[in-house]
Amino acid sequence: MSKIWTRMGDGSAIELTPDELRQEIVAGSEDAADKGQIPALDENEIDKLVEIFSAPWRVIGVEPGHEVPLTKDETACTLVSSQLSSGAHLQISREDAVEVFERVFAFDTMELGWIDYSFKPAKPMVSLDQVAVERLLSTTIFPMLYGAMPNMGLYYTPDGPFTNPADLLPLMKMDEARAEEMNAAELCMEDMIYVCKRFDEIGADGIDFDTTASAGDADFWATLKTVEELKKTTDLGIEVGMSGEFILGMHGEVEYNGKRLAGMFPHQQLKVVEEAGADIFGPVCNTKTNKAAAWNTARAVTFVKEVCKQATIPIHVNVGMGVGGVPMFETPPIDAVTRASVAMVEVAKVDGL
Amino acid sequence: MQLNHRMRLPEAKKYVADKLKVSTFDLSDSTVMRNLREELDIGCVEAIPGLAKGLAAKARIADLLDIKIACVEKLKEKMP
Repeated sequence: MSKIWTRMGDGSAIELTPDELRQEIVAGSEDAADKGQIPALDENEIDKLVEIFSAPWRVIGVEPGHEVPLTKDETACTLVSSQLSSGAHLQISREDAVEVFERVFAFDTMELGWIDYSFKPAKPMVSLDQVAVERLLSTTIFPMLYGAMPNMGLYYTPDGPFTNPADLLPLMKMDEARAEEMNAAELCMEDMIYVCKRFDEIGADGIDFDTTASAGDADFWATLKTVEELKKTTDLGIEVGMSGEFILGMHGEVEYNGKRLAGMFPHQQLKVVEEAGADIFGPVCNTKTNKAAAWNTARAVTFVKEVCKQATIPIHVNVGMGVGGVPMFETPPIDAVTRASVAMVEVAKVDGL
Repeated sequence: MQLNHRMRLPEAKKYVADKLKVSTFDLSDSTVMRNLREELDIGCVEAIPGLAKGLAAKARIADLLDIKIACVEKLKEKMP
């Protein structure tokens, strides 16, 4: 029987028999079901993923009429920055880059972000970014967001004012470590609220919180409280994109509306993001490099399908390097990217990517 | 419609299609939409002399879709 040419999670090419491909898909789905305590994909959905991965064409697309809109994080940096943001280092401005994304790459929405893409370093530059977004709101037609990462780790020594919990925990100073995490979360929240309100002042369409909860449960709490405040006091649309499929319990006891944040999987993260008032949720499922792309895609689709089933707000799943079934490789192979994207639309039923 | 009105995709597509008097299928048909965008003067990818661009196109889209767009409202505040 002929073999199917496909990828591993690190982007390298492999060949699988049809039976092996199906086994990878079933195993990936069962792994997500087991970890998230959610239903695995049914036989029809498995068949659809087998069809997607068996398609003989290099690049595939969704069925006509099933197209979804795209949102994007750290966009301008893709063209302007260096490898630190997987960037091409074109000698153009960030504003030029955004216009290229609208009128050359035909994107549906776009955001501007500071070149050092976290709220803390973006804060001192906010007046510059305000005028950049203000100008883009005049020259572009698509929805224009401002984006940055909460990245609460920047508030710990040596970068920030608070003692690093990673230094306190080996000394068994649990209470002190937790206290420093909440101090960092409060300051992170203050900075995010300050920055975001500046973009409400100039009429931006929204804010994209990217890579949320990268520093764990307290980072997630700071973002949820920020969203809550912004929805009460501004007209900004809010997208919350996550950093991982599982909220790390760096603190372990932080709660939002009585729900413990540590250990939450995507469908549970969705619920607190909805409660905070966000308009779009971006779940993340991380890619395992030593597993096949089909295994990773089936696993991510299983998590995201449950999110879409429970959601009352639009779901824009993260399908980029190292997430959403896409290989962890800086120039992700387009065959794997398009298969993961089609699987998210046709099987998980996402509202956008 | 998703970002400011929390509409899931089918609802968002239907809202826009109804307002533009096309089918939801047409929304992704680049031939249909290219002609419609020029006819409605709501901006095209190409730079066409005389057609609405940027904020002017967004003001027309806000009217067509019966929605408020923040930067269009800011422009109105600046008008004498």
